[in-house]
Amino acid sequence: MSEDTKTILKVENIHKSYGKESILKGISFELKKSETKVIIGPSGTGKSTLLRCINGLTKPDKGHIWLDGLDITTPGINIDNVRQEIGMVFQNFNLFTHLTALDNVRIGLIKVKKLPKKIATEKAMATLEKVGLAEKAYHYPAQLSGGQQQRVSIARALAMDPKLILFDEPTSALDPELIGEVLQVMKNLSESGMTMLVVSHEMGFARSVCDEIIFIEKGVIVEQGPPDVLFSCPKNPRTREFLHKISELYGES
Amino acid sequence: MDFLSLVREIMPQLLRGTIVTLQLTGIAISMGFIIGTFLALGRLYGNRSISAICNGYIQFFRGTPLLVQLFIVYYGLPRYGIRLSSFTAALIGLGLNSAAYQAEYFRGAIQSISEGQMMAARAIGMSKFKSIKNIIIPQALRIVIPSWSNELIYTLKYSSVAYMIGAPELMAQAKFITAKNFRYFEVFIVVAFIYLVIVLVLSRILDFIEKKVRIPGLQVSGG
Repeated sequence: MSEDTKTILKVENIHKSYGKESILKGISFELKKSETKVIIGPSGTGKSTLLRCINGLTKPDKGHIWLDGLDITTPGINIDNVRQEIGMVFQNFNLFTHLTALDNVRIGLIKVKKLPKKIATEKAMATLEKVGLAEKAYHYPAQLSGGQQQRVSIARALAMDPKLILFDEPTSALDPELIGEVLQVMKNLSESGMTMLVVSHEMGFARSVCDEIIFIEKGVIVEQGPPDVLFSCPKNPRTREFLHKISELYGES
Repeated sequence: MDFLSLVREIMPQLLRGTIVTLQLTGIAISMGFIIGTFLALGRLYGNRSISAICNGYIQFFRGTPLLVQLFIVYYGLPRYGIRLSSFTAALIGLGLNSAAYQAEYFRGAIQSISEGQMMAARAIGMSKFKSIKNIIIPQALRIVIPSWSNELIYTLKYSSVAYMIGAPELMAQAKFITAKNFRYFEVFIVVAFIYLVIVLVLSRILDFIEKKVRIPGLQVSGG
């Protein structure tokens, strides 16, 4: 297996219920290095729960998840070490309120990766540069627009040099005119070879960037495939219906 | 004797009492701060039994009068061989009492921080402990300042109860003076004025600190 097609993430038969309600009913898929996959599906269908299982914020009831060959669902695994290797971008940004943009990006490098302050600062600045926000380094989150906050939060994830970044509806809390700048950063990231798993209904992004769309409904994968195929000839009528609905809602540009 | 010469005569003794009052307040509030921080963290992040113990402590000290607590420490403990000076007994009583109130203020501050902050800290690989230390506490301390200022002022004023167990603080000195000269009105007006001056100075200092550490977007909502 060449380095390029190495499997970064393997999810196998994940089940998760909360009380009597089962949210995920046997989800399996793989993500190879440098791939970007987009997960779509109606709300309440388990997309966020799936991401939370992958970065260990929730424990699946059944099934396995491998990160770069390591089974991270093994009991007793150091989940903090695993999380260093999985970036997470939240719907509500969740930037640390009391820290500047620079410190938001830098704190993980200093406190978790134990980099010397000087090196951490250089790295954080370089990462902010990548998302186009170097000049906002000393602004606090409340002084930034939503789009800028989300770009800082992408930088915060990226600076940790993760093997994979998870995006949980990264643009759905944003005003329409701010969505573009975030999608552009994500697009650049994907093209630069980052491995990404994105929960989003931004079909323009999905069509132009992603390798595969995974359609989840009621806890199972209904259909998955390259965006062209899924858009032009979906096998399942539910997929067609759903894609039609979100294309209407979000537009396709 | 006119008012001014009376003030001149009693001032040295009242100032000695004031110093004791300030010592009591300062040490008790610091003691309460340390214990209160652990109580709040224990109550929020501890397992069920730790949380229950912390909660029990808070309920007990908030649910019983300070004077009763002071009497237990000063008059009650000697029965078990623990004999404390009235000053030490007052310190312990005030400190333990303030800890319960401070714990509740900290808990409120921590709970006002969105859960996303903890989630984001864990997501970059911080342990729960590191997340609390680096993300939650720095925010909680800033949020808590206004209510903590109140607690400091309460502790200062409640320290006057310590005269009941004979701690030589401001109130006790005033009682000594009036026992000799019976000038209750003048003496206690002066005492009230001393408390007021201290409270105003402390409020100023805390306002200054609050402004100094203020961060845009991180305030008590509506405050």
